[in-house]
Amino acid sequence: MRSIRIGGGAGYGGDRIEPALDLIRHGALDYIIFECLAERTIALAQQQKMRDPEKGYNEFLKYRMERILPLLKEQQKAGQPIVKIVTNMGAANPVSALRMVKSMAEKEGLSQLKISAVTGDNVMGAVDTYGDHIVLETGQLLRSLEDRIISANAYIGAEGIVRALKQGADIIITGRVADPALTLGPLIYEFGWSMTDYHQLGRGTVAGHLLECGAQVCGGYFADPPYKEVPTLWNVGFPIAEIREDGKAKISKLPQAGGMVTKDTVAEQLIYEIHDPSRYYTPDVTADFSGIWLEEEDKDCIAVCGASGIKHNGQYKVSVGYRDGFIGEGEISYGGSGCCERAKLAGEIIRHRLTPYAKEIQECRIDIIGVNSLYGGGEGLADVESVVDNASDNMLARDVKDAETAKEADSFTMCGAEAVGECRLRVAIRSNQRCIARLVGDEVEALYTNGPAGGGGARKYIREIVSVASIFIPKDGVNIRVVSGDDVREEECR
Amino acid sequence: MKLREIAHSRTGDKGNISNISVIAYRKEDYERLRQAVTAERVKQRFEGIVRGEVTIYELPKLAALNLVMEKALGGGVTKSLAIDPHGKSLSSWLLDMEIEGE
Repeated sequence: MRSIRIGGGAGYGGDRIEPALDLIRHGALDYIIFECLAERTIALAQQQKMRDPEKGYNEFLKYRMERILPLLKEQQKAGQPIVKIVTNMGAANPVSALRMVKSMAEKEGLSQLKISAVTGDNVMGAVDTYGDHIVLETGQLLRSLEDRIISANAYIGAEGIVRALKQGADIIITGRVADPALTLGPLIYEFGWSMTDYHQLGRGTVAGHLLECGAQVCGGYFADPPYKEVPTLWNVGFPIAEIREDGKAKISKLPQAGGMVTKDTVAEQLIYEIHDPSRYYTPDVTADFSGIWLEEEDKDCIAVCGASGIKHNGQYKVSVGYRDGFIGEGEISYGGSGCCERAKLAGEIIRHRLTPYAKEIQECRIDIIGVNSLYGGGEGLADVESVVDNASDNMLARDVKDAETAKEADSFTMCGAEAVGECRLRVAIRSNQRCIARLVGDEVEALYTNGPAGGGGARKYIREIVSVASIFIPKDGVNIRVVSGDDVREEECR
Repeated sequence: MKLREIAHSRTGDKGNISNISVIAYRKEDYERLRQAVTAERVKQRFEGIVRGEVTIYELPKLAALNLVMEKALGGGVTKSLAIDPHGKSLSSWLLDMEIEGE
């Protein structure tokens, strides 16, 4: 039975490139995919594009291509078929990304490579017509976000990628597509799967899901010694999926790469972020992971059996990016005996100093890193001052005297506090105004001369929040197009 | 004993939802895992962190559970003030949960 080999070249936008290059060199691959778009990445990319119309694609695209193209050149010279590339690194601007990669390929002497971009996911132009759609995260109408919206991108499926492959594309650059579609596209094209064969599409989707987080299926993000040991983690490899015409997939890695592919590593990635295993929604298929079992075929080679799927829900999910205020943070370290006492005192001081601005602060959080910053509210942990308030119960809005009383009452019973040789105070606030958000960092810095003894290493940060609102839209509102290098040139000539 | 003795775990996120897998190392521990990791116990374990519903999906063929915890990430990854806004470290906290047995 025919099969093809697809490599997972990236697990996120800024992932390492070396394991991907090893796969291109030694993996006997037919395709390699680079999944580089997290939920809100495209909104940030859209902001870049607004500043510079030629930008808005993945910032590592050039860096990656500089290293990949010479390898394709070598393959071509050696008379081997070149590894085809499918990536969503186009982000908010696949056409500009295409132009850049095309000119890079020409310089490399690869002008015969066919490079295509898939567009149509950007539905910002129609966002006004979606005002009545309900936002999944908040239950409110999209209209309530008004002029804060900066991007709207539909998770499109494999269709555009399949079309590009049929037109002979060697490199395909998309914007927002469902992550598994990067894998599903080549499978549909190679095996001639029908777009309504949901069983097959479900199986292909599972293979795509296993590839899309790079090293995470090969022992990355897995080691927990002595319970879970991973060999040569520093050199962890990226995965290869060998997928048969009937959709059955085997996951493996290069023998010379570090890491490992075991039933345990595959199970962790299989379940990763899927929510209901029997209903994994994608635009092409609602995949069913619930019947899957794993078999060890060989060392570092796991077969994935029993995947399936049913018809999709006929809609596209759209991620709407919107400006959502600002987060300011300040940090400072204390060491030696009594360090936690001093950090706690410093936190109290910051709270007092921010009180006059309480009305403009939506939320405030005070952590002591090393003591309570990760599980502040959890059972059995130190109850120092992990404070997460919302607007209705604003810590800062409380009368200062109340706070003093509360402080007395909540006795400073930190488990093993004496054993902590150092700790770090961190205060974070959220506000709709940048000038308010920055106050917290300034105040933490001012602890150098206006706070407890021995504070060091103050740092401050401020960032704009870009949040994501998800809505569903009918599929017919989206026009998927394939743009090839030649089209781009024509467009430029006009 | 701790849950960590029989299972491993990984956390993912989507908006304000945390999604934690818990996988038994050995198939024969799956039933024990099911009984130890209930929605109620998970809510208790993450008291003060998880403010919404906890749903547990079962994957018997993988000897695994998939925990979906709503309102778990301080309002969502983008606006959370937590130092770990994705809640990536939550799986380690879960694995330290005491369960029956030795």
